Amino acid sequence: MDMPSPNVALIAKKDRIVSRLRAVLPDDAVISDIAETRAYECDALTAYRCPPLVAVLPANTAEVSAVLKICHEEGVPVVPRGAGTSLAGGALPTADCVILGVARMNDVIEVNYPDRFIKVQTGRTNLSVTGAVEQDGFFYAPDPSSQLACAIAGNIAMNSGGAHCLKYGVTTNNLLGVTMVLMDGTVVEVGGAHMDSGGLDLLGVICGSEGQLGVVTEATLRILPKPEGALPVLIGYDSNEVAGQCVSDIIKAGILPVAIEFMDRPCIEATEAFAKAGYPMCEALLIIEVEGSEGEIRDQLDRIMAIAKTHNPVELREAKDADQAYRIWLGRKSAFGAMGQINDYMCLDGTIPVSELPYVLRRIGEMSKEYGLGVGNVFHAGDGNMHPLILYNANKPGDLEKCEAFGADILKLCVEVGGCLTGEHGVGIEKRDLMTVQYAPVDLDRQMAVKDVFDPQWLLNPAKVFPLASSEARRAGGSAPSASGIHPRDI
Amino acid sequence: MMPKTEQELAELVAGGSGPFRIAGGGTRTIGLAEGEALSTRGLSGVKLYEPGSLTLVVGAGTLLSEVEELLAREGQRLAFEAPSLGGLLGVEGYSTIGGVVAANASGPRRMVAGAARDFSLGVRFVDGRGEVVKNGGRVMKNVTGYDLVKLMSGSHGTLGVLSEVSLKTQPMPETQVSLVYEGLSADRAVAMMSASLGSPFEVSGASHLPEAGGAAARTVLRLEGFEKSVAYRSGSLQALLAPFGEAAVLEITDSEALWLGIRDVQRFTAAEGDVWRISTQPSTAADIVAAINPLDAFYDWGGGLIWALTSSGTDIRAHIKNGHATLVRAAEADKRRLGVFPPENAVVAKLSEGLRRQFDPDAKFNRGMMG
Repeated sequence: MDMPSPNVALIAKKDRIVSRLRAVLPDDAVISDIAETRAYECDALTAYRCPPLVAVLPANTAEVSAVLKICHEEGVPVVPRGAGTSLAGGALPTADCVILGVARMNDVIEVNYPDRFIKVQTGRTNLSVTGAVEQDGFFYAPDPSSQLACAIAGNIAMNSGGAHCLKYGVTTNNLLGVTMVLMDGTVVEVGGAHMDSGGLDLLGVICGSEGQLGVVTEATLRILPKPEGALPVLIGYDSNEVAGQCVSDIIKAGILPVAIEFMDRPCIEATEAFAKAGYPMCEALLIIEVEGSEGEIRDQLDRIMAIAKTHNPVELREAKDADQAYRIWLGRKSAFGAMGQINDYMCLDGTIPVSELPYVLRRIGEMSKEYGLGVGNVFHAGDGNMHPLILYNANKPGDLEKCEAFGADILKLCVEVGGCLTGEHGVGIEKRDLMTVQYAPVDLDRQMAVKDVFDPQWLLNPAKVFPLASSEARRAGGSAPSASGIHPRDI
Repeated sequence: MMPKTEQELAELVAGGSGPFRIAGGGTRTIGLAEGEALSTRGLSGVKLYEPGSLTLVVGAGTLLSEVEELLAREGQRLAFEAPSLGGLLGVEGYSTIGGVVAANASGPRRMVAGAARDFSLGVRFVDGRGEVVKNGGRVMKNVTGYDLVKLMSGSHGTLGVLSEVSLKTQPMPETQVSLVYEGLSADRAVAMMSASLGSPFEVSGASHLPEAGGAAARTVLRLEGFEKSVAYRSGSLQALLAPFGEAAVLEITDSEALWLGIRDVQRFTAAEGDVWRISTQPSTAADIVAAINPLDAFYDWGGGLIWALTSSGTDIRAHIKNGHATLVRAAEADKRRLGVFPPENAVVAKLSEGLRRQFDPDAKFNRGMMG
């Protein structure tokens, strides 16, 4: 994984940059000590690390604007950082960059129940947005599995999803407005507490732009009334094909469960050994959750179980109460931890058309044998978002590279069957060089043209999303051109 | 001009200097685009429909009615409930799906289900250089690169000509009913709609139709789903809203007809005057209507959407603090004077203009339409 060579001229004027930043921020909000900047050397894609030149922790929009104005004048690249939970390396620094962390900006600005929105500073964590309204019966719907830690800023940057988006959509469907600071320090309001744009839908392209168009400091989010209740059913099948058919039949029958989760045998075995949730040993396991009143839940579960039975399940277990629901979810929620017990793992995020599930799982199984690396599959089956977990040994030379090659092959397969490289994690650096698999040069060029408008010098998170070769000319326009790639781990 | 393939469309754009006035069915031409008509009707046909994956891929020139019939055969629909504004605008013709996406045309269900842009999974389009660009895809979770799908939806053909769109479909509910409350003031009605939308009973339509021509004001709430569930929620909602009065219940046929009328703004079809579409915060809606003092007005989206009928040539925009107003129907001279699309703040306007220059550097498409 190459990153552009750091601009030595910028590193040489570190003292000047730091002193200018200190002039606009409190002392403890500018981190320039080499040991301390190490705290920002990576996000949750820990295989790649590089301490930034400086890290800053502004407390409000005005401070963010002041920081960006200075960085713009000095020509310093800025890497925005939410909570640092990106699995795609979205917040990976370069040695010549300023990390702009939003962690101190975590206030609730306004809660409005009649109009059903909350306005927050974007350093606030996803779960604490719900936390601010749940006592009044509301919640914020997108629920990435990192929701305890991840920040709304990062959710907006990556257009994060979650397990419940079959019913509630992803971040972009729940975002009404933002306050954003452009690279030159200009503050802009896009959208508001009303719905839809009167002109071009800038909000739609800002969401999911991976911190490359601006730094979102405040966000207006839709909040929804909590359902009366929710219960899952667990269904086991002895083939992936049949499980896939069952999902399709449920959707065709007009039932829209709030979540349909799928686990394959390697994943079931790992979680069972770890969490002892009492899962059946079978090829494919579905957990389907429905919401509503007691009667509505009963009615939907009856419909789902009737469909499930037509496919001869090896197990059909319905949750009758909260405790049984907990048991059913226990294994699924422990799946990542369970795989982590076995070995290091890399979590992929491709999406496929649901109809291609059996073929894709068969091919992944074959590739697993070819590469000699184990893989377990967790899958949001309702929306086609796969999370293959490839097991490897980080201490074994060559294993990471082998794992990355295997991962790339799986993602290429996702694209080949009509899907995409990433469903909710984002491109970052992880999938950056695979973008040409999904998009033609002109498709990428028109995406980069959007960045040209928002950030003409390409200073905001410049080395992400687009293959370095595709973005080289644009990046060279502002900062030093990258002559040779250096492994960030080597810096 | 009516290219038959995407390739023909690309050649036509690359070879011509324009300006081109892009037309699907010509049923929602609210802006003042100049130029030679460029029809997308030749780019029609269903490329893929997988009901079990809730996925549809169609040529942009495919008729909305064809799409709706196709989906209905599998018990599905487009959840965002695209309006047919032909009657309101006094134009004949049939909407195309490309026009729906380009206009982000969304009806009463938008407030809970999402807009056309939220159900658009992927696009193919020809930009101002005559190049074919694709973005998004056919899967409902996709964060691979920038989301140009959203940017295209609602761009009214000013960034490119859509050639193909992928949409997420939704199961058609088994039934629907509407609860009708009579005689509420606008303030009270919005409060009631907010109470209903803040309840867990999944209201999929909330509209207030003030008194007109001697008929009492009606505030209507729609519930959709499986019969048992609708019956349960109807009962629970009536109990919750008892302080607002007693509800009459409309069964499926009457309920569907009522919401079709709201969706298509039938109330103003025969009335003289300009028609404005105002998106705002529900709790400010009644004050806005009082301030603009229109000939007539009604509320959708629980108050978040106001349709207002005003005397010709009246500018109401000074009264819209939180949100924006689009001048949907007016004489051409008034449209020119007042602007069809709402003014934007200076930074948004500059960014939008920058995007138009990137995608359509020679201003070939729908010149004069927006911005």
